[in-house]
Amino acid sequence: MKVGIIQFPGTNCEYDTQHAFAALGCETQILWHKEDSIPAGTDLVVVAGGFSYGDYLRSGAIAKMSPIMKALKIYAENGGKVLGICNGFQVLTETGLLPGALKRNEGLHFISRHHHLKVISNENDFLRHCKVDQVVNIPIAHHDGNFYIDEAGLQELYANNQVLLKYTDGAGNIDNPNGSVDSIAGICNKAKNVFGLMPHPERAMETLLGSNDGKQMLEGFINA
Amino acid sequence: MKAIVNVFLKNGVLDSQGKAVHHALSGHGFESVRDVRVGKQIIIEMDESDAAIAKEKVAHMCEELLANTVIEDYEIEIQA
Repeated sequence: MKVGIIQFPGTNCEYDTQHAFAALGCETQILWHKEDSIPAGTDLVVVAGGFSYGDYLRSGAIAKMSPIMKALKIYAENGGKVLGICNGFQVLTETGLLPGALKRNEGLHFISRHHHLKVISNENDFLRHCKVDQVVNIPIAHHDGNFYIDEAGLQELYANNQVLLKYTDGAGNIDNPNGSVDSIAGICNKAKNVFGLMPHPERAMETLLGSNDGKQMLEGFINA
Repeated sequence: MKAIVNVFLKNGVLDSQGKAVHHALSGHGFESVRDVRVGKQIIIEMDESDAAIAKEKVAHMCEELLANTVIEDYEIEIQA
C-alpha cells in the first residue's frame, strides 16, 4: 500500500500523517505541491492538515492553484482515493472535489481539543471497519471548521450516504463545537473515493496520547 | 486601471464576525446599529485600458480564486 502525502508551504501535519500510515505498514512519500503528477502506483493521496499559504484569502484557497492539484483532480476523477484532513478538507472543498465549504467557527475561536464523533455511514473504504453509531474520540484543531452546504446539497449528501461523521458527546448525542450544518465533521463525494474531515485521525494512533481510535479509521484504506 | 473587489458572505449564510462586531457595538452604546456584515476588499492594479475587459478579467479572478461562490458574493468596481 503506497500513500502519497501532499505538502504545501504551511502544511504541518505531513509527518504525523506519514508516521501514522507507516505504523500501519504503508509505504509513504511526501509530495511537494510543485510536482505536476501523482506517482504511479499510489493507492491513496492524503492532503494533510496545517495552514497552507498561511490561510491567506481563505483556508485552502491559494493551495488549490498549486500544480499538484491539477494532477490530484485527474487522479480523483479516475477513481483514485483521496483523503483530506483539516486544512486538506478545506483544500478539497475549495478545489470542488468535495461539496460545501468551511467557514470561520461560529464562536470565532480556534478550537484545539479532543472531541467525540459519531459514525453516520460506513458504506465506504474509509470507515468500513467502524460501526454505524459508533462513537470515536479524535482531536480537532481548527479555526475554519464550520461546514456549510445549502439545503439541496445537504439532502443530496444524506440521500447518497455521503455524511460520514458528526460531532457528538461521548454518549453519541449531537454536540456541535463550531456551528457546522447538522454538526457534520466529515463527508465524502458521490463516487465515495474522495473523503474529507476536520478532525485528525492521524493524531489518534496511541492510547498513551489520548486515543487510538484513528487507527481503525485509517486502516479502512488498507487493502480496500 | 484599478479594480476594487468587495467580497461578502451571501445573504442567508451566517456572518459570525458581523454578529460579534454588532454585539460589541451595541454593548458600547451604539444602539442604532441594526446590522453589521464583515467582508474583505481586494484592490487590484491592472495593465488594462478597457474597463469592460478589465471587469471581465476580474470577474474571472473572482470565480477562480478571490471568492468562494458556495458561500460568498462579490462586487467589482473599476476605476480609471
